[in-house]
Amino acid sequence: MSGMDRDLAINVTGLNKYFGPKHVVCDLSLQVKHGEIFGFLGPNGSGKTTSIRLLCGLLKPDSGSGTCLGYDIIRETSSIKREVGYMTQRFSLWEDLTISENLEFIARMYGMKDRRPLIDQALEKLGLTSRRDQLAGALSGGWKQRLSLAACMLHKPKLLLLDEPTAGVDPKARRDFWEEIHQLAADGITVLVSTHYMDEAERCHRLAYLAYGHLLVSGTSQEVVDSQALAGYEVTGPDLAQYARTLHGLPGVDQITAFGTTLHVVGRHAAELERTAASKRAEGPHEWKQIRPGLEDIFIGLMETAKDNYT
Amino acid sequence: MSTALSWSRWSGIIIKEFIQLKRDRLTFGMIIGIPIMQLILFGYAINSDPKHLPTAVLDADHSLYGRSLLQGLKNSEYFRIDREIATEAEAGDLLAHGTVQFVVTIPPDFEKKLLRGERPALLIEADATDPNATGNALAAVAGVVRTALARDLKGTPSAASPASDPVDVRLHRSYNPEGITSYNIVPGLLGTILTMTMILMTGLAMTRERERGTFENLLATPARPLEVMTGKIVPYILIGLIQVTLLLGAALLVFRVPMMGSVLLLYLSVSLFIAANLTLGITFSSIARNQLQAMQMTFFFFLPSILLSGFMFPFRGMPEWAQWVGTVLPLTHFLRLVRGIMLKGNTFVELWPNIWPIGLFMLAVIGLGLGVYRKTLD
Repeated sequence: MSGMDRDLAINVTGLNKYFGPKHVVCDLSLQVKHGEIFGFLGPNGSGKTTSIRLLCGLLKPDSGSGTCLGYDIIRETSSIKREVGYMTQRFSLWEDLTISENLEFIARMYGMKDRRPLIDQALEKLGLTSRRDQLAGALSGGWKQRLSLAACMLHKPKLLLLDEPTAGVDPKARRDFWEEIHQLAADGITVLVSTHYMDEAERCHRLAYLAYGHLLVSGTSQEVVDSQALAGYEVTGPDLAQYARTLHGLPGVDQITAFGTTLHVVGRHAAELERTAASKRAEGPHEWKQIRPGLEDIFIGLMETAKDNYT
Repeated sequence: MSTALSWSRWSGIIIKEFIQLKRDRLTFGMIIGIPIMQLILFGYAINSDPKHLPTAVLDADHSLYGRSLLQGLKNSEYFRIDREIATEAEAGDLLAHGTVQFVVTIPPDFEKKLLRGERPALLIEADATDPNATGNALAAVAGVVRTALARDLKGTPSAASPASDPVDVRLHRSYNPEGITSYNIVPGLLGTILTMTMILMTGLAMTRERERGTFENLLATPARPLEVMTGKIVPYILIGLIQVTLLLGAALLVFRVPMMGSVLLLYLSVSLFIAANLTLGITFSSIARNQLQAMQMTFFFFLPSILLSGFMFPFRGMPEWAQWVGTVLPLTHFLRLVRGIMLKGNTFVELWPNIWPIGLFMLAVIGLGLGVYRKTLD
């Protein structure tokens, strides 16, 4: 293990994975530090799930190499499996087992001793002690997700791989979930989490954006925003949908996104966009207010560029 | 209007159904494969009037008449005289092993007695565990003997008394003297029911995990393929043993099938057979993508098992290629084991030739299964 590997929970370079002729992961290089919460963002089908599976040994890369917790991701998958907790995108515990039976089974799979107190503890922490004999299939989405997290935490992994853990979960449960993630990170556990939610992205220490199998950008959310140097305006006024149509193709305007009662107009060429904004503002009656583009604007922009480059 | 049947909706459902059927290659294959397989099996392989049955001859007389008689049996096409033996002990062995279907014994002084018109005995012992296999052959014997000797005996005292046959043909149906078919069917059912339930139950076990998405969770744990496969098998072994006990109880108490051999040996054979079927089921479920496909594979295996194993139709009545296929199937050997133990009282040594093929089948299937079991999701 090199010195650098010791600081990194995940360190992979040049990973490639094909499904038939489809190149799902292209030259993925990723470094995640211990104790970090790392966000994986990207549209559906961008290779997030495949990348996570490559990291935990569920899939074998066609080329590339690297380590996960210091273990080789090709040769030492069984060691990786023992120290990684992987939460699948879809609920994958046994719906026809009760909550405690599920935990008991997972504990046995990891060869854990003194399972009883650990399971009782996990149930207590989950707040499911009174419902321990309920079938897992009878739980609501939020509870299923909490149970899944408890199950993949049971063997005290050093690294958590969470694949869209909050998809379809209500805002309160999502907030609680993220509180827990931050708790875990504070305890020194590394967390790699994929998500579609921008508010969640901003709660990660660092993040990466994937599209069409390519990692387009990574860093803190501030770094990601700065790296793209986008200029943006928030437009308010009457008949926004109609107004948006007139803006398409104007110099400097790269993307227009409707946000309820406002439009976000974003462009890569700040000066051009400024000129357009000035002339439009003069025409009235719409108001143009300069804003700093957020992650969402950045990602939509990245996706558009990626579409031109990789498809 | 909303209650009226809509042509567009109805045809939409039909079209969608066809599209989905087309996508499921295995189902589509089965739709074509099953009728063809049935046609070949029923049309060519199955023969409820088996001929050329292996026969051993104990000829203590070595006379001309004996030879014409054997020639007559051969010409009837029911008997294929494979070997000549010298002692009765040998005859018993061959029948117990199931090497031959019949032993024809021509006693000493056969010719002498025949010429004197003393109606010498001709003993035909049959392995009648499956009455279907021997019935027609035995029915044909009397006629065959009469015509075979008619020419040779012209002008002798035997021929002078046309009222009675010149030879006293004694048919001895070993192991099932009354030719009760349930003696054969009930032990056979033991095998077919086990084949069906064991393969199906385990076939569904793994595909269920895959269909519900729990397989990914299992793969993410350090569980090894061998642990998963064998661990999934054990509960069904117990279920299989319960089934056997129920069936065996019914066979003995309701159908009054005799139990000549060792119960322990029977249970050992059953356990091996169950294990072989379960490994096949697990392998099927590793190959199949969903539960429906696993069921279809089970059916595809079950059909030849039931038709070519000697359960429904006599094994020896089938053409050679079908016998080869049958020899691979564990049910074929299991039927011989069960019949051997229950009806013949076979011991381990006599059973061994039918034990190792099941074990070999199982090992081959485990090898295939471990190869197919995907430790990764690729």
